[in-house]
Amino acid sequence: MHSFNKTINYQDPSAEGYYGDFGGAYIPEMLYSNVETLKAQYIQIMQDPEFQKEFHALLKDYVGRPTPLFYAERLSKEIGTQIYLKREDLCHTGAHKINNTIGQILLAQRLGKKKIIAETGAGQHGVATATVCALKGMECVVYMGEKDIERQAPNVARMKMLGATVVPATSGSKTLKDATNEAIRAWINEPNETHYIIGSVVGPHPYPDMVARFQSVISDEIRKQLKEKTGNELPTHVVACVGGGSNAAGAFYHFLNEETVDLVAVEAAGYGVHSGMSAATTQLGKPGILHGSKSILMQTADGQVVEPHSISAGLDYPGIGPLHAFLYESKRGTFTSATDKEALEWAFHLSEIEGIIPALETAHAFAILPKMNFKPTDVVVVCLSGRGDKDLATYMQVMDMKK
Amino acid sequence: MSRLSELFKKQNNRVLNVYCTAGFPQLNSTLQVMESLQANRANIIELGMPYSDPLADGEVIQSSGNVALANGMTIDTLFEQLAVMRNTIHIPVILMGYMNPILQYGFEAFCKKAKAVGVDGLILPDLPLFEYENIYGKTVQENELDFVFLVTPETPEDRLRKLDSLSTGFLYAVSSSATTGKDKDFSKVALYLQKLQAMQLKNSVLVGFGIKDKETFNAVCAYANGAIIGSAYINALSKGVDVNETTTQFLKAVLS
Repeated sequence: MHSFNKTINYQDPSAEGYYGDFGGAYIPEMLYSNVETLKAQYIQIMQDPEFQKEFHALLKDYVGRPTPLFYAERLSKEIGTQIYLKREDLCHTGAHKINNTIGQILLAQRLGKKKIIAETGAGQHGVATATVCALKGMECVVYMGEKDIERQAPNVARMKMLGATVVPATSGSKTLKDATNEAIRAWINEPNETHYIIGSVVGPHPYPDMVARFQSVISDEIRKQLKEKTGNELPTHVVACVGGGSNAAGAFYHFLNEETVDLVAVEAAGYGVHSGMSAATTQLGKPGILHGSKSILMQTADGQVVEPHSISAGLDYPGIGPLHAFLYESKRGTFTSATDKEALEWAFHLSEIEGIIPALETAHAFAILPKMNFKPTDVVVVCLSGRGDKDLATYMQVMDMKK
Repeated sequence: MSRLSELFKKQNNRVLNVYCTAGFPQLNSTLQVMESLQANRANIIELGMPYSDPLADGEVIQSSGNVALANGMTIDTLFEQLAVMRNTIHIPVILMGYMNPILQYGFEAFCKKAKAVGVDGLILPDLPLFEYENIYGKTVQENELDFVFLVTPETPEDRLRKLDSLSTGFLYAVSSSATTGKDKDFSKVALYLQKLQAMQLKNSVLVGFGIKDKETFNAVCAYANGAIIGSAYINALSKGVDVNETTTQFLKAVLS
């Protein structure tokens, strides 16, 4: 059972961006002005009625929100509880990532920026960024690990078709961590004209809070939709996969301060948590600093960042957002993990029993359902963060092997 | 008085600080590089502690860090190497690095050990002002280490004054907002350095990022107390065969 402290507002970081001991802005001076401008203005810009109007209009007419909350009958029966799926896979571009990029592109316009840079792992955030840049006529450069470029070819093609330049990150593990390093470097090298759209609840303050706020539309809708369907706006559990943690932050946000709601975060265990090929950050990490914030980080005893492993590029990250590190440490959240194999099995299983092909990242969230000992009366919301089209090549390999 | 204060008291122009990654090109070349730099008239040695994710550095320094890490360099090993440095090295030595490895080592243990082996100061580009003032600064001061902050052309004046007041040893002026190893447009740099000159700062100012040869060194020395060379020297070491010969030729070309 999770623990809950009534004196804590779990949603809001301190003025310096701390959730408990985690967060802050550990950035070189070269980024100070940019980050300070954001910090000084993001709340004000986001709360401006004109901004809100434009943001919500785009979410409705362009992204296709609200996304449905779907009662998964066969899955509920199998697990022995009541399971609702928050269908972020039905967002334009196929995942929740666009909620944040719509928000940040409007913010970038108001900050007078001319060019957008972004990092991407699975390519979903890259596609979502390239999409909003096309929509607003802004230049877009996306940094992507060389390894991810290979395993997420359809998303690379989509980004290019949308007019973005995709730059391979060739250092380190050639995945999301390294793409983020390259994007931050690019931002350091041209800070004035450029806005960096971080895709997850990571990075220096105010990014974790800003991205969580943009993604919070997910839990805002869940509350209203659940009220409509069940008469009660609070579920007993919200389940989401966590790499950096943006879909989880969005799905948890409006339940963070609700004592009765158990927030279940599912990390990627790769070959197994202790296999040496894993991305289960809270299980394997220690407090540390990466990409501008203090959080929990997979690292060697000498403090060098460890190269993680997950079959899903979007969860293949050695850190976790500072909000999640705090939810883990304070035990407000329940942290668990699913292996590559379990995620693959559940990608197929969900397809077969609900007619929904999930992204590999998302499949991790489903893989833990049988292990949770839910009661028949529990109301469980699973954030179905993305659709599986981008992972078809992996799924096809699995089907070939079964032949 | 600290070695850095003494240096700037004695010499307040054309001060040359040369950066090298510890454990590069070989694990045990650290001291040889330092001795060679000293023998060839470098005034300050800045030793980089390699890190897997060096955000403020460009490709050249990151690659040298990867080599050093592959060579097996750790903070522990570095302190072992530096334990005997004061037998031969009498110029100021600064450690440059990122917060994460230091936090794992233990910040206080790190400062104590640095002081014990004769290190003079620290440059930690991802340690922010807020955290320095509230958490870490006290430990740095207790161990009598100098702490050098970075300033950039985008740093607002009030913040610049604050960073100057908290810095000891010198102030590190980044020639433009960019990672290390990029070419700069020097007319803009000159204007920025003139502005710094006019501010009558407490610290001497050394300019870094983009300083790579005699021409760029001379250009910034017209407006600042000296400069820091990093990527260009690492490049030379990467291509050179012998550390001493490479260092001699490199510094001769810069200081001629």
